[in-house]
Amino acid sequence: MRRKRQRARAIVSPATLSNSFDRRSFVIAGVQGGLGVLLAARMGYLSIFENAKYKTEAESNRVNLSLIPPRRGWILDRNGVPLASNRADFRVDVIPDRMRDAEAEIGELATLLSLDKVKVDEILDKVEKSRGFAPVEVANGLDYDQFAAVSVRLPDLPGVVPQRGFSRFYPTGPSVGHLVGYVGAPSREEYEREPKPLLLTPGFKVGKDGIEKQFEQELRGMPGARRVEVTATGRRVRDLETREDVPGHPVHLTIDGPLQDYAARRIGLESGSVVVIDCLTGDLLCMSSMPSFDPNSFSDGIGRLEYSMLSKNDRVPLRNKVLQGLYPPGSTVKPMVAMAFLEAGLSPDATVTCNGGLRVGNRVFHCWNRRGHGSVNMAKGIYQSCDVYFYHFAQKLGMNVISEMARRCGLGQEFPLPVASQFYGTVPDPEWKLKKYGREWQAFDTVNATIGQGYMLFNPLQLAVYAARIATGRTVMPRLILDGKPSRFGSMNFHGDHVQIIQNAMSDVINGPGTAGRARLPIDDVLMAGKTGTAQVVSLGISDGKTGPWKYRDHGLFICFAPFNNPRYACAVVIEHGGGSGSAYPIARDVMTFLFDPAKALDALHGLEKQWGGKPAQRMARQYAAFVGKTGVAVPEEAYNLDQQESRADAEARVKPKSDVTDNAANKGQPGEKASSSANPDNAR
Amino acid sequence: MSGIIPAPIARQPWQMLIPLIALVCFGGAVLYSAGGGHMQPYALSHLIRFSVFLVLASVMTLVRKDFVQLLAYPAYIIVLLLLVAVEAVGAINGGSQRWINLGPLVLQPSELMKPVIVLVLARFYASLPSGMVPTWRSIVPAGAMIGMPMLLVLAQPDLGTALAIGFGGVVVMFLAGLPLRWFIGGGIAGVIAAPIAFFVGLKPYQQKRVFTFLDPESDPLGDGYHITQSKIAIGSGGLSGKGFNNGSQSHLNYLPEPHTDFVFATMAEEWGFIGGMFVLLMFFLILRWGWKVALSSQDRFSRLLAGGMVATIFFYVVINLMMVMGLAPVVGIPLPFMSHGGSSMMTNMICIGTLMAINRWTVKAGRSGLST
Repeated sequence: MRRKRQRARAIVSPATLSNSFDRRSFVIAGVQGGLGVLLAARMGYLSIFENAKYKTEAESNRVNLSLIPPRRGWILDRNGVPLASNRADFRVDVIPDRMRDAEAEIGELATLLSLDKVKVDEILDKVEKSRGFAPVEVANGLDYDQFAAVSVRLPDLPGVVPQRGFSRFYPTGPSVGHLVGYVGAPSREEYEREPKPLLLTPGFKVGKDGIEKQFEQELRGMPGARRVEVTATGRRVRDLETREDVPGHPVHLTIDGPLQDYAARRIGLESGSVVVIDCLTGDLLCMSSMPSFDPNSFSDGIGRLEYSMLSKNDRVPLRNKVLQGLYPPGSTVKPMVAMAFLEAGLSPDATVTCNGGLRVGNRVFHCWNRRGHGSVNMAKGIYQSCDVYFYHFAQKLGMNVISEMARRCGLGQEFPLPVASQFYGTVPDPEWKLKKYGREWQAFDTVNATIGQGYMLFNPLQLAVYAARIATGRTVMPRLILDGKPSRFGSMNFHGDHVQIIQNAMSDVINGPGTAGRARLPIDDVLMAGKTGTAQVVSLGISDGKTGPWKYRDHGLFICFAPFNNPRYACAVVIEHGGGSGSAYPIARDVMTFLFDPAKALDALHGLEKQWGGKPAQRMARQYAAFVGKTGVAVPEEAYNLDQQESRADAEARVKPKSDVTDNAANKGQPGEKASSSANPDNAR
Repeated sequence: MSGIIPAPIARQPWQMLIPLIALVCFGGAVLYSAGGGHMQPYALSHLIRFSVFLVLASVMTLVRKDFVQLLAYPAYIIVLLLLVAVEAVGAINGGSQRWINLGPLVLQPSELMKPVIVLVLARFYASLPSGMVPTWRSIVPAGAMIGMPMLLVLAQPDLGTALAIGFGGVVVMFLAGLPLRWFIGGGIAGVIAAPIAFFVGLKPYQQKRVFTFLDPESDPLGDGYHITQSKIAIGSGGLSGKGFNNGSQSHLNYLPEPHTDFVFATMAEEWGFIGGMFVLLMFFLILRWGWKVALSSQDRFSRLLAGGMVATIFFYVVINLMMVMGLAPVVGIPLPFMSHGGSSMMTNMICIGTLMAINRWTVKAGRSGLST
């Protein structure tokens, strides 16, 4: 029945077909209308509800925002003279991702910019290792002709970016390397820590070390921006607007630029450091550490070869010895130990007889003078540096008075300074030894400590602070930033005339019958007080400390202050493996002389530099050439940046006519840096 | 009113012609902008082509129905042979080719096949005895007639056009009253076969387009670029657009093909939602007129032919708009009456001309008092 009915319905006639057409056309038209409504809704959704999102995307398509690296703030010395400034230059970068044939393009650039083979290899190396989208520097410090030569060939050199910019300039180069640090393109880690587009901008550099790193945010400034309308293929249609960059703030140091330069150069061929501190204010006037690196060449992107030369040098030019060099202080601790004795109640007139040695337990400890000093009181103990005097009384008074005094004097202390790292060394005492080695303190440990050997390790900055504190009897704190606040230091609370006793004894080291008569200042009315130190690095069995392999020689140390009875400046000099204090105190003498009579000090330096083969930069250039020669790559002599313009922070600046040096308008000596030259003196206090 | 306007002009289907001319002129304005604010190279040739094809369409209205019916099979066979010829030329020259050079004329037979398939199927079903409609006699020849050109076009390879041919054919079959269960069954079979066809039948670049459509952001600088940039252009237009000649997406070359496939995005960027609604309204008016023509015509051939033509135009419009708005994969189908390009203008004007002819047949039949 059912089947039949179905069949009956299946009869098709023109009338049913026409009917079906009407119905089905209605269905299709309905579907079409529905799709039309869907399209209208979609259109409304895109253009009205998501309008803001797509507007932004269209804008970001259209507008290419290129950042202009901000001009870095200057680093100024205490007189407002730049230790680090900026130099206008032209530069060329490449963006590896956008290059079609890196090797060919860099080859072409090498021809245009006359780059040598070493440099080309270095660039290719960097391109290979780079992140692809981050620019790699090809050359900077270009002159206009070279810049123009690259610019006109840009259509054939995709990925090559020539631009005008600023590069960091350190007028005194190696002299400030460790102190000021250097700048460089941000590393991957730095970008990940601070993922800002500015860090990927060609030509932008961040501080990598020293002051440059510590004051990165202050020095950086605000980037400018250039908004450019571009097509999909990156062709520039027109400039929309340009926002000027805001230069970074200057950082004003307590450092005295010429003194810093003088001290660095005076270290000469030795490896060591000089710290000078102002006893009244705590201002660090000089923190020189040599040998050093030239921050100028680091900031241009140090070459592979040059870096390898520096890192292979056993004088560790990459380490800031002022803060990261730890040395046994040797006899330089004796004034401190003597002060500890005085404070513990020992009379300065108490004597001991020195026969050249003293038996402690079952071992004889020798005085440096095997013939003995005879009867020795405190003053003689200091100026003759008699070891037996200190061996004797230290055993009577105990180690704790000494270690307590050492800490009061700033030894083993970490100072609140804006530096990356301070190695603060060790002030040993019984408790420390038990904790560190699990062994009891022995009498011979005390004996060793009184002559600054054994476990004692200090850095040169601590020695300078210690010198200042013992000289003035005030709690001098070092500072590196000139913030205009006058420093007021409390008293060390030394009793009676103890400070004068030490001052006089230390004066006798130089001006009396002491160990460093040659350290006497060549100035009539200024008497310097000091203390020599010689620190053994290996036992006498291996080397006598004076000759033989460099690394076995004794360290030479010297601390001093002047004038001795009204201390104004304190200074510490440490010469690594100098073969004894004789290597240190002439340097201290000349540095102190420079403070009182620059011309006289410079004469001495110029004489010495003639023997040494020129200024540090010149010597480094020769060293580099020799090093490169050894690796078998030919390099033209001028590859090393010798072109240093005349500086106002070098030692010679001190003796030039006064107006040249202090005239603030001299800032216009930095061509093209208009904003900085006006901003810096304003902010300088 | 009829007194002022001469009868031959008043007789024209103005309810379609006015929206059509408005749409073409608007398209001309968009192409003027896409040409960087110049009539050349797009806008002028667009308007000239339209004028020429409008005259041809008017001429088409003079053709008698009997003649069109007579012409259906020969026309289909000729176009099919042209498709084979294109394949052959392509095979000889190495590589694929879609067009034939006939002197100054560049002919794309696959475009011609879109209206012709509708014509030949309408002719087929009009002459098929109504009792045979629910039998195999109605579907096998029609299936063969659709399948052959589709395969030839797919081999070119041109998926968009092949689908358009198939769509036109299937709509005519549907309107011809073939049993509904066949379409449902065909639909189910299609759903099952689609994945197989996708992986076996499609070229890798076509597969990639589908994947990219499903997730355009996965490859924003590669294949997804087209869809993403088109959506940015449309979305950034807002309610009233960025203003004539001010579209940054099209003028700065972010939008691919701003004058052909993505002309709607070019328009939407400068004219906004309002412009989009205008375009949709014009298409609505044109297609509504097409359905009216189909429904008011009296004989089966005219009805099927008119319905198929409307479906063909609609297919172009809906696929193109869905593509530019990110609702369909990128298939190379231009927007009728707005995109720059001769072939698509020709096809769509043939459809319009056919609809105008059918309208005239109906009017004439009505006037002479005859009815079937």
